[in-house]
Amino acid sequence: MSLYFLCFILFGIGIYCLLVKKNLVKKIVGLGIAEYAVNLFFILLGYKNNGEAPILDKNIIAGNFVDPLPQALILTSIVIGLGVTALMVGIVIRLYEKYRTFDIDKIRKLKG
Amino acid sequence: MLPIFIIIPLAAAFLIPIASKIRKGSAPLIANISAGALLIFSLLSISWLKQGVQVYSVGGWRPPFGICMVLDGFTVLMLIVVNLIGFLALIYSVNYLKKYTSTYLYYTLFSLLLAGLNGIAISGDLFNLFVFLEISSIASYALVAFGVESEELEASFKYLVLGNVADLIILFAIGIILGNASTLNMADISRALSVSPSKDLILFSLGLFIMGFGLKAGLVPFHAWLADAHSSAPAPMSAMLSGVVIKTAGIYALTRVVFNVIGFNLTVSSIFTWLGIISMSVGVLLAIGQWDFKRLLAYHSVSQIGYVIFGLGLGTPLGIIGGLFHLFNHSLFKSLLFLNSGAVEYSTGTRQLDKLGGLSGPMPITSSASLIASLSIAGLPPLCGFWSKLIIIIAAFQAHNTIGAVVCILVSMVTLASFLKVQKYAFTRKINDAVLAAKEVPFFMMISMVALALLCIAVGLLFVPFINSMIKPAADVLLGGLDYATKILGAN
Repeated sequence: MSLYFLCFILFGIGIYCLLVKKNLVKKIVGLGIAEYAVNLFFILLGYKNNGEAPILDKNIIAGNFVDPLPQALILTSIVIGLGVTALMVGIVIRLYEKYRTFDIDKIRKLKG
Repeated sequence: MLPIFIIIPLAAAFLIPIASKIRKGSAPLIANISAGALLIFSLLSISWLKQGVQVYSVGGWRPPFGICMVLDGFTVLMLIVVNLIGFLALIYSVNYLKKYTSTYLYYTLFSLLLAGLNGIAISGDLFNLFVFLEISSIASYALVAFGVESEELEASFKYLVLGNVADLIILFAIGIILGNASTLNMADISRALSVSPSKDLILFSLGLFIMGFGLKAGLVPFHAWLADAHSSAPAPMSAMLSGVVIKTAGIYALTRVVFNVIGFNLTVSSIFTWLGIISMSVGVLLAIGQWDFKRLLAYHSVSQIGYVIFGLGLGTPLGIIGGLFHLFNHSLFKSLLFLNSGAVEYSTGTRQLDKLGGLSGPMPITSSASLIASLSIAGLPPLCGFWSKLIIIIAAFQAHNTIGAVVCILVSMVTLASFLKVQKYAFTRKINDAVLAAKEVPFFMMISMVALALLCIAVGLLFVPFINSMIKPAADVLLGGLDYATKILGAN
């Protein structure tokens, strides 16, 4: 159970970094940390102590397998995360070209 | 036949870049044909529904083991909303995108967005829903930034960060559900959760779902990104964001999960109604002081989404019908208003209301379309917005939620005041300025605005048959609650 709470703390660190840091690149890093906390949480859901890879064979006794479903899901989630991060980095590079700064406080044309 | 709603737009998205390399200018044609086909299929899907709920198992793996796609009344309603507005916005784009470069990328992203939204509506699997949510989100982040000016990039970055946080929260909630129910099929989850001992964890995941999908829908504590993103995007994309994306990715997904998977109860009802009341009033108060045409409309979206979630949260049959009817109507008139604001910007080059004026002379069709939409959103009879608001208010009185009913009426009045301001400053007021040199917009922009305006009137006049044929099957799905599982998995 404590592992799950550690996951939540890691998620919290990511969100804290996202909220507090002024630098756009650090915000991206924060989102990355939060994302990997979620991925870790999923992997832990399927984890078993002394579990085995879920490959059905004559010599392997079924029943002590780790759950392969979360692992398959997380592969998808990692790929999605890659796409989002790439898009985010692209937008930040364009923002830097426009404003010549990474400071979120100076990037303020939209108000109200 | 169900995967066709995902195959067509995905195929279009892959064909468009190739085709426009071979022959310039073929991108709008392919995108419009695919969206038109989608609209026809989604209208046909009303008749498929007569044989009961349709389930398609991907790869032949029967539910609950494989991924399944489900077509029921609520799905049909959302498919029609998505594809109708998507088709009209694409027709409008043909002329509107003249001022942008590399427009084929716009059509590619737009087709991907349609694929994602149709996928959300049709998915019967929780993780699959998340994947389609991500497809639609990534396409809309990129489309908001399509102008690549400093404002658009800033808005897109805000939208991206908050949208991504919402996605992570939703994924966390899906993880908790998976840990509890050991399955991802929505029907199977609802069965497993009803006998699950850990009620606290389910409540926690419900809270996370409300947070995540609330962020996507732009409900009030989570609305900060909405006005920036919706006002910075190209006009047809704004129409799509306000008219469809916040409803499909936010309201539809939230209600599907809450009503059909986790189960609706009094706690959820009071959370929904209070979220609705706060969204309604805060949204409209933020809107009334705005001078930017599109920003004003964006804040009105927050307010009108409040009506939808309030109606759904009442939980009575009449309340749910009212909420869903308002969802449909809002997609009509809010897209029309965003298209109008795009037309005004196209002809005059500005969307600041205090710099506009007297446009009813040079732009008669835009002006009358926006008049119809304004009266519709403010809730004047016999236009469509009136009936849905009336149903929600009656339902609120019946459910003894007097505060909500009174807030509904007051917000409706403030909305009317706010749109009278738009009409006066943009269209009717006399001005001796270069604005008068504005010309009426080109043909394709005009035709999609006229179509939406006629739909507003038609739905308003024929609201009884419309509710009976479209809204009621959708409301029955939500009222059926956890019967959803029996319909998909059979009664064993």
